[in-house]
Amino acid sequence: MSRVALLSLLLASLSAQAQKPSDSYLRLTEADGQGISGRWDVSLQDLDDVLGLDAGGDGAITWGEVLAREADIRRYVLGRLVLGAEGAPCALVSQGGLHIRRHSDGAYAVLDFDARCTGSAARLDVDYTLLFDSDPLHRGIVRVGAREPLIFSASQHFARVRLRDESPWRTAERMTVEGALHIVTRADHLLFLFALLLPSVLRRGADGRWVAVSDFGTALWDVVKVVSAFTVAHALTLVAATLGWASLPPRFVSVAIALGILVAALDNVRPLGWGTRWTVAFVLGLLHGFGFASVLAGMGLSTGSLALALLGFNLGVELGQVAFVAALLPLAFALREAPLYRRAVVVGGSVAIALLACLWLAERALGLGVSVT
Amino acid sequence: MFRRPSAARRAVVLATAWVLGCGRSPSFGEREPFIPRDTEEVLARVPAVGVDARARERAALRKALAGHAGQLDMALRLARLEIEASRVLGEPRYLGRAQAALRPWWDLATPPPGVRLVRATFHHARRDFPAALEDLDAVVKEDPGNVDAWLLRAEVLGIRGEHAEAARSCARLTALTSSLTVAVCEARVRSLAGHSRKAHALLSEALRRSERSQESRTRALATLAEAAALAGDAGLAERYFLRAISLDSKDYAARAAYADLLLDAGRAREAAVVVMDHTQDDRLLLRHALAENALGSSRAPEVAHALSRRFEESRLRGDSLLAREEARFALQVENAPEKALRLAQAVWVSQREPWDVRLLIEAALAAGRPEAARPALDFLQASGCEDPGLVFLAERVRSLLP
Repeated sequence: MSRVALLSLLLASLSAQAQKPSDSYLRLTEADGQGISGRWDVSLQDLDDVLGLDAGGDGAITWGEVLAREADIRRYVLGRLVLGAEGAPCALVSQGGLHIRRHSDGAYAVLDFDARCTGSAARLDVDYTLLFDSDPLHRGIVRVGAREPLIFSASQHFARVRLRDESPWRTAERMTVEGALHIVTRADHLLFLFALLLPSVLRRGADGRWVAVSDFGTALWDVVKVVSAFTVAHALTLVAATLGWASLPPRFVSVAIALGILVAALDNVRPLGWGTRWTVAFVLGLLHGFGFASVLAGMGLSTGSLALALLGFNLGVELGQVAFVAALLPLAFALREAPLYRRAVVVGGSVAIALLACLWLAERALGLGVSVT
Repeated sequence: MFRRPSAARRAVVLATAWVLGCGRSPSFGEREPFIPRDTEEVLARVPAVGVDARARERAALRKALAGHAGQLDMALRLARLEIEASRVLGEPRYLGRAQAALRPWWDLATPPPGVRLVRATFHHARRDFPAALEDLDAVVKEDPGNVDAWLLRAEVLGIRGEHAEAARSCARLTALTSSLTVAVCEARVRSLAGHSRKAHALLSEALRRSERSQESRTRALATLAEAAALAGDAGLAERYFLRAISLDSKDYAARAAYADLLLDAGRAREAAVVVMDHTQDDRLLLRHALAENALGSSRAPEVAHALSRRFEESRLRGDSLLAREEARFALQVENAPEKALRLAQAVWVSQREPWDVRLLIEAALAAGRPEAARPALDFLQASGCEDPGLVFLAERVRSLLP
């Protein structure tokens, strides 16, 4: 046909189509106790396309023809859904007989099944791959509990969903842990804190050289100012960004963070005279807040618990920093008189941090791969 | 309240109940899962592999391709057959299957020209006009003798309201294909630009001179019919529509336009008859809903409900393909002019066909916000529209503006 038939086809179909392509409808609900039950509506037209239901070849799919292939239908459909709870896959077990339901574009087979999971199913991994290979326009419309439906497509076929709504306090608790973990597991935060902490047991003498501070209280107060300035600043931007009042492009934020670390580290080596360290911490905190916001956005928090979640996350960030400081400060204080500390640790460490920050800066500014964090 | 007595009314109710009971349109009702009583009950209709040679060929090609994924010729043939099926059956599932057939090439930045043309056809059908144009521009650059690409390019540009560039696309066809095909292309663009009388004259002359295949005649008749309708000659339009539909009963666009003509003339009962057996197509289901609504029939709520469900399910999957239909439904059935205006404005961003112009103006008028019709007025002025229906609407809305 090639040319001629396609020509006629174009001539004859010069109006855009207004139709709904293939969808399936999957509902997952938590049954009493541990189990999850599923009800999945899959179009008979789609099943015929992949399984050939129309045994008679007469173009009419009868209930008898569907029933005759019931086992194949179940195997095919259930084989294209993977549910997992905490990393362990759930076993999908058919329940009851096949039903039929009419949707706006025709008859659908309705499959009921149970998902038996070993782990707690409070959070569920859903990997949906039905029909994408034969029809990339297919969408899986998945409703979990009473939530807004999720739309699965060939390019986005995995999601992690919460079956149960957590209590707001539980959310806050979880977010506190997330916040603390976020601080202590990310290299750029730790190095940044490190750069600000190293000189806290010292002060600049009249000639600009480092002199050891006399008492622990002075060192501690210095650290508290720096850390709190950071926390207050990132709380401000985190709240603003999460509520949609302000935003910065992620690329800009990550570049600016690297730049900030570079400045903090260089300031240790030679004073730049750009203000006190807590103002540097404050500015960097503002930037980091935007970075946190993107982390939070990926967690799909419900709006109801958002305020407590934000509070928890900020608290966690502060606690993470305090823990880090509590571990390092006494050590730094004990070593403050040693020349080795000033030269090797403060200057050497700062130079190393500055170099790493340069590397990040190049990577992030030029978009070369993912950063080391 | 005055009530008409009875035997006649009872007959209508009984007849309605009978029609519903026989379930001629299985998409209505039955929202709960059920177990059919009879194993012989027909649940769905699909192409009959037993008698449909095209369906058999598609199945054979798919099977062959499953073993040899990289065979471009075979894949292209399958993709074209799938796209053809999507049109003939009014079923967009086949569009997705066409994409699946060309999977190895689909996402390439510079796929082979054949793939590009199918991809453009796909984007056009999905109303992603910028993507379609990008592919079409690339095809005509690589292969300036490609008739299909120039034709589709003219169509897409015409829908977007870029009439001059669309006309240039038609002009490129002169040396490449039959004069009737060129005339259909040019007439369609002129009609979209609001010069339907000229379009009609041009095309009827070309039709008289040509003795082309039935397919291009059918398309020519449908284009003529739409031009005559826009030019305000309803009688002539109706004759053309009837001929076009009798030649190709699957030309849903022509059927929809014919139903519109009847609805505008207050002949809702006939409009309902024209569309009622083809309501798997959303455009025709809309006309059915409008007709039943105009008749105030007892079926009206049922049909309107079925259409609402289609809108709902389409929205659920994240599509906005039905926005124009939804705007019209909101305006004429739901009496929700604000909603209609919002939808019409959303459609206006990507397309400017006569119906888009009309909906934007009508919705703006109904919502009491004539200033919202400004883009449509500017558009009509820029294209020098002469078609009486649109000119009349434009004057009405202009008289309300300061």
